[in-house]
Amino acid sequence: MRPGADAAVRWEGVPVGAVPGKGGVRMRAQRLRTGLRGWGGVGAMALACALAVLAALLLPMVHSHGADGARPDDGGRGAAHGSRARAAQECTDPEKQTLAPSGDDGPTIDEIRSRKGGKRKLVVGVDQNSYRWGYRDPNSGGDARLEGFDIDLAHRIAKDVLGDADAVQFKAIPTDQRIPAIQDGRVDMVVRTMTINCDRLQDVAFSAPYFRTGQQVLAPKSSKITGYDRSLAGTEICTAAGSTALSTLEQDQKDGKLPEGVDLRTTVPNQLDCLVRLQLGEVDAVVTDGALAASQAAQDPTVELKGDAFTTEYYGVAMKKDADDLVRRVNRVLEQWRADRAGGWQHSYDRWLSETMDDAAKSLPPTPQYLRGS
Amino acid sequence: MTQPPRGSAAPPPGPAVPGPPAAPPRSAPVPAQRPGGAPAAPPPPRRRTAFAEGVDRLRAAAVTEPGRLRIIGALLAVLVVAFGAVTAWQMNERAAAADDVLSRSQPLSSAAAGIYRSLAEANTAASSGFLAGGQETEDSRTRYDKGIRAAAEGLVTAAANSEPKSPAARTIGELNRLLPEYKGLVERARTYNRQGFPVGGAYLRYANEKMQKEMLPAAEDLYTKENQRLSADYGDAEPYPWAAIALGLVLLAALAWAQHRHYRRTNRVLNHGLVAATAASAIVLVWLVVGHGVARAHLTDSYEHGVRSLNALNEARIASLKARGNENLTLVSRGAETTKADGRTYDSYDLAFGKNMDALGTALAEAGRLADDKAGAQPVAAANRDMTEWKKRHASAREQDENGNYQQALDLVIGGDGATAECFDGVDAALATALGHEKAEFERAAGDGLDAMGYLPQGAGVLAALGAAGALIGIGRRLSEYR
Repeated sequence: MRPGADAAVRWEGVPVGAVPGKGGVRMRAQRLRTGLRGWGGVGAMALACALAVLAALLLPMVHSHGADGARPDDGGRGAAHGSRARAAQECTDPEKQTLAPSGDDGPTIDEIRSRKGGKRKLVVGVDQNSYRWGYRDPNSGGDARLEGFDIDLAHRIAKDVLGDADAVQFKAIPTDQRIPAIQDGRVDMVVRTMTINCDRLQDVAFSAPYFRTGQQVLAPKSSKITGYDRSLAGTEICTAAGSTALSTLEQDQKDGKLPEGVDLRTTVPNQLDCLVRLQLGEVDAVVTDGALAASQAAQDPTVELKGDAFTTEYYGVAMKKDADDLVRRVNRVLEQWRADRAGGWQHSYDRWLSETMDDAAKSLPPTPQYLRGS
Repeated sequence: MTQPPRGSAAPPPGPAVPGPPAAPPRSAPVPAQRPGGAPAAPPPPRRRTAFAEGVDRLRAAAVTEPGRLRIIGALLAVLVVAFGAVTAWQMNERAAAADDVLSRSQPLSSAAAGIYRSLAEANTAASSGFLAGGQETEDSRTRYDKGIRAAAEGLVTAAANSEPKSPAARTIGELNRLLPEYKGLVERARTYNRQGFPVGGAYLRYANEKMQKEMLPAAEDLYTKENQRLSADYGDAEPYPWAAIALGLVLLAALAWAQHRHYRRTNRVLNHGLVAATAASAIVLVWLVVGHGVARAHLTDSYEHGVRSLNALNEARIASLKARGNENLTLVSRGAETTKADGRTYDSYDLAFGKNMDALGTALAEAGRLADDKAGAQPVAAANRDMTEWKKRHASAREQDENGNYQQALDLVIGGDGATAECFDGVDAALATALGHEKAEFERAAGDGLDAMGYLPQGAGVLAALGAAGALIGIGRRLSEYR
């Protein structure tokens, strides 16, 4: 109720302050106007009150919906996280909001193909710090190539669009720069462990999901933290700026679902920087996607995943919002990739992820649905 | 000199007329036949203050010639001693300040620049090592170790010469605390790199952040502070010793007057003691004016051609190191950091590289302008040539990177022949040569300045003592004629 009332007062205050007129008819007219405005103010206040009451009535419903998904050990539909603000727009199952696959060319693909000489490359935003997802092996002996699960996919898309798997220019992008990079046209697409969610769907278009994961807690083996539960009370948690982990935790803190005294102030450009903070003892735990948490644990035998994933999320390839032809094309590539038993999804999983993750079946997303009309 | 003896210092009270050498006491309230002898216990009704008695006695003495001579002799001696003392004091201060310039504040300013340079060098070497992959090259490891070692040594020197609890000492303490922290992060980065884990890169980023955001600003701050101290020391060494000069002129005038008076009364031209006192004072005054003038000229020269050149060269060297660091980071970050300017998006590190190169160009132009001989100008010109080549090679490396040819870009930056690394090394080596040359120039000029003031305080003291003795002896000789 407070914000609405405040707004009304401020709205009304301006014309009242402007009253000192010259007199006569004008003054009367002005008084009449201010009188009306005064009523307008009362009306606005009433409207604000009504809206606030409505919101107060609706919010618990939204919350309970979110809570269902966020309950630990659930593993169900938690993808509605971060979407509360747009609940009215009926965004459910964001991973299904994509276009049906197609191999047809369009303006976006034509533009990429028309690039000349050394620039005839697909520009892909990736991560170079996610072990086994997108990283540079420091022991590659001067070879600066990036490699990993995401990188395999990027090469596959480049082969399909430009006919050459190596016609890719990789740009490293911090977590919170993924959407601006697409919007500014610095990259054609982002293949960077990026969760499909309703918030992001407002700004970019996503392909069908290519991986299933969920938020998980990472902490030292010796830590008393047992998972996403009361054992987090009074701890400092590190997240990457602009990550779904951060938005989920912030929302849960607002809703009072996080235990007392959890400190979320440590945010870093890249989830891997959280492992550094954890090892240096600057934070007590890290929250990130289970897939990435596993890759962190793989680099340090003294930390481990605590508890199960408390959300379900899907990674997708992000592209410009109006790049319909490219979205359809990528979805076709993804279909082929999943079906390809020799050098496809399973192959990449076995090569990069099977060592650090337990079961491929848990990570393979369900058969995609294409609910977006246009 | 032409001044009549009357109406000058120590005016004789009453109607004292300069009469014959032996003027009998007149209208003396106190018997003073034996001037200087034991007081003859005046019988005043009341006891008077010692000061009043002293004044009376002086007044009584002033009416007799021997009394006047005693007063004149005392005044001359005091003036000579005062002149000597003020000269010694003022020149001692200036010599100490000049010595500080030469042996303390300039070396400290250089040491602070050295700390900055070493830190930046170590950081650049560490990021180059990362670019090269897990197996660091011998070269990058050596550079890193050298940088860390030089920084640690520089900090020890700076700490030993800083005043306790001064802002400089606090900054040094801060750097001393951060250096092992930084080193720890780099060591972890190396270990993880060797195991093939990308978290090594994350440690290196964290170390780099610590260096860029905390250590280098602190080192820059220290450099600024030490430079301020250098300017202050110059400010203390250069002003003319006006008090000593004025006192010397007054003394010479007084000696001239005393001799003139002597001549008027006795027709004797030379009083040996007074002549010796005059000569000693004149020598001190001339020595003072000429010595300080020469020292001042040398110090100004050491500033104009030494310190300013050194500052410009240090700035150039720091700019080239920063540029090299940013060039490496452009590749390390692979476009992860961007900045928006005029509606366009730039790579933050590449943008910073451009600014550093501009700063390098400006500093090199300044150093070239200040270089006053061939040995100083040559290395600056060489650095300029390398810088131009560096810019050219950098542009082609960027083009490769923009086109997605990361490996080629990498080879153009840290590879062997034709890489920008060669140009950077060339700039750095040329600047090191130029710095060595200008440092020698500075030391020569400042040393000459200090030498010009050398022994002046002691000399002034000895000569003043001689002068005072001369004045006393000279007056004493005259006085003995009254016995």
